[in-house]
Amino acid sequence: MARFLIRRILQGLLVLLLMTFTVYAIFFLGPGPQYVARVMAGKDATPAEVNAIAAQLYLNKPWYEAYGHFLSQLARGNLGYDFYNNVPVTTSIRQAFPITLSLVIGASVLWLAIGLGTGIVSAVRTRSLMDRFFTGQALFFYSMPHFVLGLLFILFLYQVLTTHGVAVFPAPGSWTPFTSNPVAWARDLILPWLTLALVSAATYTRLTRGSMLDVFGEDYIRTARSKGMSERRVILRHNLRASLTPVVTQFGLDVGTLIGGAIITEQVFSLPGLGWTAVHAIQSQDLPLIMGIVIVASTGVIVANMLVDIGYAVLDPRVRLH
Amino acid sequence: MSHDATAVGEPTLPAGPAGLLAGAARKEIEGKSPWALAWRRLRRDRAAMTSLGVIAAIAACAIGAPVFAAITGHGDMEQFSTIGRTAAGQPVGPNGTFWLGTDDLGRDLLVRIAYGARVSLFVGVVATAVTVAGGTVIGLAAGYFGGFIDSVLARFMDWLLAVPFLLFAIALFSVAVQKPIFGFIGAGLPIVIIVLGFFGWASVGRLVRGQVLSIKEKEYIEAARAMGAGPWRIMFIDILPNLLAPLIVYSTLLIPATIVGEATLSFLGVGVQPPTADWGQMISTASGMFLYGPWWYLVFPSVALLITTLAFNIFGDGVRDAFDPRGDFSV
Repeated sequence: MARFLIRRILQGLLVLLLMTFTVYAIFFLGPGPQYVARVMAGKDATPAEVNAIAAQLYLNKPWYEAYGHFLSQLARGNLGYDFYNNVPVTTSIRQAFPITLSLVIGASVLWLAIGLGTGIVSAVRTRSLMDRFFTGQALFFYSMPHFVLGLLFILFLYQVLTTHGVAVFPAPGSWTPFTSNPVAWARDLILPWLTLALVSAATYTRLTRGSMLDVFGEDYIRTARSKGMSERRVILRHNLRASLTPVVTQFGLDVGTLIGGAIITEQVFSLPGLGWTAVHAIQSQDLPLIMGIVIVASTGVIVANMLVDIGYAVLDPRVRLH
Repeated sequence: MSHDATAVGEPTLPAGPAGLLAGAARKEIEGKSPWALAWRRLRRDRAAMTSLGVIAAIAACAIGAPVFAAITGHGDMEQFSTIGRTAAGQPVGPNGTFWLGTDDLGRDLLVRIAYGARVSLFVGVVATAVTVAGGTVIGLAAGYFGGFIDSVLARFMDWLLAVPFLLFAIALFSVAVQKPIFGFIGAGLPIVIIVLGFFGWASVGRLVRGQVLSIKEKEYIEAARAMGAGPWRIMFIDILPNLLAPLIVYSTLLIPATIVGEATLSFLGVGVQPPTADWGQMISTASGMFLYGPWWYLVFPSVALLITTLAFNIFGDGVRDAFDPRGDFSV
């Protein structure tokens, strides 16, 4: 286990390095040093200020020295200065982070609950009306882009209901921090959660169903049944436990997809999380902020992937050998 | 992609019941290639064939977009500021002149949607082709050579599969909108295809790599090597043909994902730029104004997008079932 842990952490660090280099290449090498200094300094900077920034970012040195400097700044948690909002980038990110985190956590809970629930029912009652319905809806939501689903929710569940006097769902853009009012927090986020969860849950319905049907063919399931074990116990204890392996693997891979979906959902519902902030920073050409968000979000994904892998190895010893 | 299957499958196909009878009369045993069998299974899948019809209709709309312009008499860029907008400057709802209504600039929505199909299908096919070609070559190399090359490429693929590509699309766009990156990656269609291709090939690469790892241990590969075949010959002549079926299945399922990817980039404003007609972009503009206003501007492009992705996904499922009735491909 210790060897696995060390190897997996080293791999994670390598991937982090690769990510920072890509970000560096996009923002610094792509446009060329002079241009970078001018943009990083902000629109109203004087030539002297631009030169000062260039020196500060080591842009007048060879690229590997500048990249090394960039890395050492990152290691100290310095993501640069957000000239547009006149605060350090970390401050802007700290404001947006709880929103994205709330969105992602709530959506994953719903997503797994819906995906596993419909998948289990479909597998246990194969070819029933329910199975057909769940498989059909999975294909439908799987084909549905996040933004279309979100906008249709706003159109029908917010606008149409509200104009008919049923104001169940809050207007898009509503946001209450969890710490100030958990009930209002959940109420404001329910439509964004559903948007994010339903599209992704579709894959899990299909995955759980297929995986459980495979396991039902195994000998040990027949053994369990022939011992007179209740069907409920066979499904929950024997089948589900084995069927969950591919689902957990998929979930580990999908953390990145989840962040991508969160960016779109934030945009649709005007939630000022990381994705919304990044998209809006394009208009103000606030490159340091965009760069900071890309680094923070990618790091989050890489760390989450690593944790899923490690957790997985704890549960299933075979994984450690690969 | 389905055309490949058709071209390979057709010559050995009996032409309907008459063909079957003729075959029986001759009392010959006809060998059927896996391609012919797959094509026959696909032909019997009613949902898949209906979807294929829908896809053909959408392609016809895309190719024949100027026909829509000719029939309605409205160009795709033409702004009808008097009849195409209300007195308050709002879009006009569906009526006799504008069948699906107009957009914020008084342009005919029907004509714009037909032109938008061009972008969706073009990107869907081109970016998928780039993705599959790149993933196949890199996956072949990683799986065949193994060792250090494989470790490096496999880690790189892991990374690409883990990062949220939308963030990098935003990053690339924010830089390229001022000045093309490395002088050639400009904002708009080039970024869309590069982003979708660059972040998409890894899934194909992983699929191909996995298959190559098992195929390269087979005796006939050893025989080829003993006969003096070089690595390139073995990879492309001996191994690649075995991968065509899973690749065709994967490509058909990748097209709708790519179409959604393009629409999403354009929706976020980092994809195809105005005034080019594009579904994602139309939905994006509509999303800023549909509340208590022009619902048609949101609903019609959304329905067009949804029908397209749904048709491709149902067809892709059919292709997978046809090629892989036992469910062996891990796609």
